Amino acid sequence: MSEPHDLILAARHVTKKYPASNGRILVANNDVSLNFYRGRTLGVVGESGCGKSTFMRMVVSLEAPTEGEILYRGQDITKLRGEALRQHRQKIQMVFQDPSAAFSPKMKIMDIVCEPLLNFKRIKKGEKEETARRLLEMVELPGDFARRYPHNMSGGQRQRVGIARALALEPEIIVCDEATSALDVSVQKTVVELLVRLQREKNISYGFICHDMALVQSLSHQVAVMYLGNIMEILPGGQVSHGCLHPYTQAMVGAVFDLHMDFSHPIRSIDSEAPSPLDAPAGCPFQSRCDRCMEICKQERPPLREIAPEHQVACHLYQ
Amino acid sequence: MKKAAGFIKKNPSFCVFAVLALAVIAVAVFAPALATHDPYEAVLTNAVQPPSAEHWFGTDRMGRDLFSRVLYGARTSLTASLSLVCIIMVAGTLLGIVAGYFGGVLDAVIMRISDMMISFPGMVLAIAVAGILGANMTNAVIAIAIVSWTKYARLARSLVLKIRSRDYIAAARVTGSKTSHILWKYMLPNALPTILITGATDIGTMMLEIAGLSFLGFGAQSPTAEWGLMLNEGRAYMTASPWLMVFPGLAIFITVVVFNLLGDSLRDVLDPRNE
Repeated sequence: MSEPHDLILAARHVTKKYPASNGRILVANNDVSLNFYRGRTLGVVGESGCGKSTFMRMVVSLEAPTEGEILYRGQDITKLRGEALRQHRQKIQMVFQDPSAAFSPKMKIMDIVCEPLLNFKRIKKGEKEETARRLLEMVELPGDFARRYPHNMSGGQRQRVGIARALALEPEIIVCDEATSALDVSVQKTVVELLVRLQREKNISYGFICHDMALVQSLSHQVAVMYLGNIMEILPGGQVSHGCLHPYTQAMVGAVFDLHMDFSHPIRSIDSEAPSPLDAPAGCPFQSRCDRCMEICKQERPPLREIAPEHQVACHLYQ
Repeated sequence: MKKAAGFIKKNPSFCVFAVLALAVIAVAVFAPALATHDPYEAVLTNAVQPPSAEHWFGTDRMGRDLFSRVLYGARTSLTASLSLVCIIMVAGTLLGIVAGYFGGVLDAVIMRISDMMISFPGMVLAIAVAGILGANMTNAVIAIAIVSWTKYARLARSLVLKIRSRDYIAAARVTGSKTSHILWKYMLPNALPTILITGATDIGTMMLEIAGLSFLGFGAQSPTAEWGLMLNEGRAYMTASPWLMVFPGLAIFITVVVFNLLGDSLRDVLDPRNE
C-alpha cells in the first residue's frame, strides 16, 4: 500500500489538444489524472495512438499540456521555463522506444552516457571514461563498450545504454516509452529484469508504456488503461487478468495470446478500428466498439469511479 | 604517416585536386616572387605586344606585362572568392540552423527574406547592390554575399529539420542539454559535411560572379589586376590581340575547374556512406 507521502508526481486533469487541418482539434489526452509513487511502477496500456506516449512526453516536459497541471512534489512543472526547467529535468528521465534512433550516430557510448552529467557539471571531462564504465557496469554491460559507437552494438545492448543514460542523473522517475517493444522476446526479458532490479536498488518510480498486457501486469504496481486519450480503468497490476471490469480492458485481456491458453474457447478480439481522435463522439469514447453499450453511454461520458481500493473504472455499467 | 598514405590511396582524386588547388593558392601567395615584371608598371611604348620571350603572355594596352598581371590577378580573385564563400557559408549556415531549430516567427522571417533574395535574378540584384554601395571589390563581395547566402540557409535548415524531431534530440533535451549545446554539438556537425561540400563547389561559381561583376565595371577598378576586369579591358582588342582575353580567361577557367572538381571529390571523401 502506498502512503500519500510517497507521491512524487501527480498529473491533474491533463488535457492535450493539437490543432489539426480544417480547424479541427485532435484531443490526444482528455482529463488524465495519474500519480507516480516512489519505488512503484505505473503501467500505461492502450492501442497505438491512444495518447499514452503524449502523456509521458508531458511528464518529461517535452510537451506542455493544453490544460491541467503536472505537480512534482507540489510544484507545477508545466510552468517551468528556461534554466529552472533544465534543473528540474534531473529528476525525471526517459528511456526511448527505438534504441537505434535514441543516440546520435556520431557520439561514442561514453559521450552518450556522460552527457547528462556534463550538462549539469557533475563530473569533469577527464572523468568521462571511468564514469561511463561505472554506469555501463550498472546495466550489466562490459566497461569496454565505453569506446564503441551505438551502431556497433545490438538492440538489447543499446537499450541498456539508454537505461544507463537515464540512470546517470539518479532521477526519481524514469519514463520507459515502450522500452522493450523493439527487442527480441529473450532480450526483452533480461532488460525487464534489469529494470526491476534497478528499481529495487534505487527506489525509482517508473512510468512504463506498453501494449503487452502480460508484461505490463507482471511489472506494474498500478496499471492505467487508456483509450482515445481517456483513462478507462486504473487498477492494481496483479488484478489485470482477473479483476478488470471495463469492457475495453476485458477485450484487451481477452486478445492476449499465450502458450497455455485454452484454444477450445473462441478468441475474443475487438474487430473494428479505433475511431479517430479527431471525431471523438459524445458520451463514452468506447461506445462504438463496446458490446455492452447502453443508451446512456451515447449521451454521457462516464467519470472515473472508485469501486474498490486502488481500482477505478469509467463505465456506466458500474454505478 | 601510414594513415596519410592510406588516405591518399583511398581518395586519389581528392588528393590530386587538393594539390592543384594548393598550387593555385601558392601562385597567389608567391605572385611577387613568380612575376617577371611589376604588374602596375605601364610602358606605353610597349603596348599590346604579342607573347614573346620577354613578355610570356604579351602586354596589355598600357604596356603592362600580362603574365605578371594574371599572377597578381589570382591574389585578388582568390582572396575575394574565398572570403565571399566563407562569409556566406558561416552566415547562411547559422541563419539556417537557427531558423530550422527554433521554427515559428524566426523561421518565417529568415526564410521569407531568403525567398525575396532568390526571387530576383542574382546577378541583377548584385549589380543593383554594388551600384548603390559604389563600385569596388569589397562592395562587390558584399553584394554577392547578400544574394548568395540563401542557398546555405535553406540547406542548413533542411538538414536541421531532418534530425530535429529525432529521439536523440529529445533525449538531449531531457538530459538537460542547453539549447546552445544542442545547436553546437548536434545540429552543426550534422549539417557541416554537406555545407562544406557545397562551399568547396561554390568557390568556382563565386569567382565567376566576382569576375562577372568586375567585367561589368561594378567590382575591381583599374588599375587593379583582376581577371574579370582584365577581360573587359581586352574586349576592345579581341580580334587583333586575342591574348588579352585568352590568358585571363584561361586563368579563370583553370581555377574554377580545379575548385569545382575539388568540391566534387570532397563529396566522395565526406559522404557518410563511404564510412
